[in-house]
Amino acid sequence: MDSPGWIQLALFVGILLALTKPMGTYLVQVLDVDGKTVLNTVMGPVERLLYFLLRIDPKQEQSWKEYSFSLLAFSLVGGLFTYAILRLQPILPLNPQSLGSVSDHLSFNTAVSFLTNTNWQSYGGESTMSYFSQMVGLVFHNFVSAAVGIAVAAALVRGIARNSAKTIGNFWVDLIRINLYLLLPICLLYSVFLVSQGMIQNFKPYDTAHVVAPYTAQVAKKDADGQEVKDPQGNPVMEGVKVETQTIAQGPMASQVAIKMLGTNGGGFVNANASHPFENPTPLSNFFQMMSIFLIPSGLTYYLGRMVKDQRHGWAVWGAMAAIFLVGFMVCWWAEAAGNPRLQALGVDASSGNMEGKEVRFGIFNSALFATVTTDASCGAVNSMHDSFTPLGGLIPLLNIQLGEVVFGGVGAGLYGMLVFVVLAVFLAGLMVGRTPEYLGKKIEAYDVKASVLFVMVPVLSILGFAAWAAVSPWGLEGLNNAGPHGLSEMLYAYSSATGNNGSAFAGLTTNTYWYDTTMGIAMLVGRFLMIIPVLALAGNLAKKKLVPASGGSFPVSGPMFTLLLAGTVLIVGALTFFPALSLGPVVEHFLMTQSKAVF
Amino acid sequence: MRNLIAELYTSLVAVFALAVLVSGIYPVVVWGLAQLLFPIQANGSLIVQDGKVVGSERIAQNFTQPQYFHPRPSAAGATGYDGASSGGSNLGPTSKKLIDSVKERIDSYRAENGLPPTAPVPADAVTASGSGLDPHISVPNALMQAKRVARARGLGEHVVRERIKAHTESPDLGILGIERVNVLKLNIALDGKP
Repeated sequence: MDSPGWIQLALFVGILLALTKPMGTYLVQVLDVDGKTVLNTVMGPVERLLYFLLRIDPKQEQSWKEYSFSLLAFSLVGGLFTYAILRLQPILPLNPQSLGSVSDHLSFNTAVSFLTNTNWQSYGGESTMSYFSQMVGLVFHNFVSAAVGIAVAAALVRGIARNSAKTIGNFWVDLIRINLYLLLPICLLYSVFLVSQGMIQNFKPYDTAHVVAPYTAQVAKKDADGQEVKDPQGNPVMEGVKVETQTIAQGPMASQVAIKMLGTNGGGFVNANASHPFENPTPLSNFFQMMSIFLIPSGLTYYLGRMVKDQRHGWAVWGAMAAIFLVGFMVCWWAEAAGNPRLQALGVDASSGNMEGKEVRFGIFNSALFATVTTDASCGAVNSMHDSFTPLGGLIPLLNIQLGEVVFGGVGAGLYGMLVFVVLAVFLAGLMVGRTPEYLGKKIEAYDVKASVLFVMVPVLSILGFAAWAAVSPWGLEGLNNAGPHGLSEMLYAYSSATGNNGSAFAGLTTNTYWYDTTMGIAMLVGRFLMIIPVLALAGNLAKKKLVPASGGSFPVSGPMFTLLLAGTVLIVGALTFFPALSLGPVVEHFLMTQSKAVF
Repeated sequence: MRNLIAELYTSLVAVFALAVLVSGIYPVVVWGLAQLLFPIQANGSLIVQDGKVVGSERIAQNFTQPQYFHPRPSAAGATGYDGASSGGSNLGPTSKKLIDSVKERIDSYRAENGLPPTAPVPADAVTASGSGLDPHISVPNALMQAKRVARARGLGEHVVRERIKAHTESPDLGILGIERVNVLKLNIALDGKP
């Protein structure tokens, strides 16, 4: 934990804070059907054309049920669209590597994964997906699933802000305006910047380089069936393979990476995601990528303040998020900087930290920061391999996901998740003082609390249920890359990531199998739609209520007391739920690593 | 509530109309701008010698001979350094496979570079990177290899150290990231080709 690290951290938080108000102000304009933005001259005609094609009246608002119905219909059609593209890959254009059709279970998993803003990848991009599949099948969802998340957050905020209203906005208007005025323009500039840093953007076939100094690599020998040949002791037999060329993957990467980060999608163009030198070429591109994960979620807290006419409430929510972010990050940074004592005992320089799975250009600090940011939000892009983190360093990303990704969180999903915790916090405070809980002039009643508790319970059941199932099933154990407690962590992480719609992984786990692809696909659907529907129900119910003026007995929803209560609610709910599972995974692994000589 | 057919019609049109925008026009515009403004980067920062592509300055290439600096270990593909199969080892901190291979790498790193048996070894020299294609090594790692490279090339060690210094990239904007050495570029420079 060195001083350049502290300076970079201060820079990161400072710039994030400075961008929150401008982004929030812009969001207010984008999320208002009559809002005027600087882009109206360019995008206005496109917007009107889309309304015409879709045959919708932008002034006609929807009830929460209509809003949910439109959202589900659109998601269903979009999911089928991508499924078809992946299955038909060989006959579609832009496939210079002649990659074959994607299997049925992988296509299901991938279509669901992108549709739900998860971007879990059971495949390696450069060896599976054609340029067309990436650009059309996947990037499409990177844009629209981000827009859906923001739309739901806006609907909930409208529900809180409105007085005795029947409607919470129009789904189609939100979807279109967010794409046209927010995501597309920023991505256009951002992707050109990324290219300037060394990211690729082309449609040519992969290059073959003739290496400077050909060499012989030792590779495990395989028999005719593709099985590794073993010697009598059970060790793999190695054979020399002369290496004279190197394949260099190409493709339209920058346009995909821009929205992958800004829309907190996280699905890598290539297998190594943002650790790949093309997908994240420099520390500067890395800084922008981390910032672009938090940019919209942070701006949404300001949007909240503006819409409910209580800017201090917006900042109090921001404060609770920032506090959890900083504490989590410092634990992760400390653990990774301390490194792996087992390797240090062999002679690895203790001052260089845990570099397994990390890139030199980022170093310990930027790897730990990226890992924290990407899991605080539901992004899931990685610039280092979380599977190879130290036990406590890897515990933080896992816990961040399990807390519900409400620390800035996914675009939209972070804010609506946090607002559910606000409702719970206000309810708990009401119980403690024995008053009817009240939030910004709205009475919080049984229906609201039930919807909120449903929101909290669904992921718990999905994460623990599926992980437990995998842990006792042959199909679950077959996929493991690591044995012992780390193996349990791999499975726990997989279902946390799927249910949380995160998409990062303890990536050693092989999940491109019928059972994993299918169960994780279900977990992703549950984690997306069974969470969105309670939120929209809550939005509809809050919108209906009459605003009552604040009185002396109202619980203040700004200031340090509220911030503390909110952060406490998130931590207590999450920690109590997942502590037993975590103690069997990363926690016991930490003690085995430091206190024993056990290896797995 | 509008009926199901109308809703599905709207959804279908929305999917195709938005796909034209975000999956058609947008990436092609970015492609045009990228090829116009930053053609080298957009095409993979390739290094061409005598009309042949010999590598990308951003993608690690393996070197095993003593006269070259060696990159970090790689878990990309069966042979390592496979640009079409990026990835890390994903081995956890108590993995036997990880601990055994690091031990092996430390032994050979010390032997190659003439280090005493207790000398601490930079972590990046004996651990696999995240992408398997990390083009850089740390400055301490480069300096520890300097003596070997100098001897194999019949150069003074200070000459090689000068070359390392010339190829050391500083943190971006003076603060972001850490100092690092690009192995492929350094090796090509040592070979004296442009």
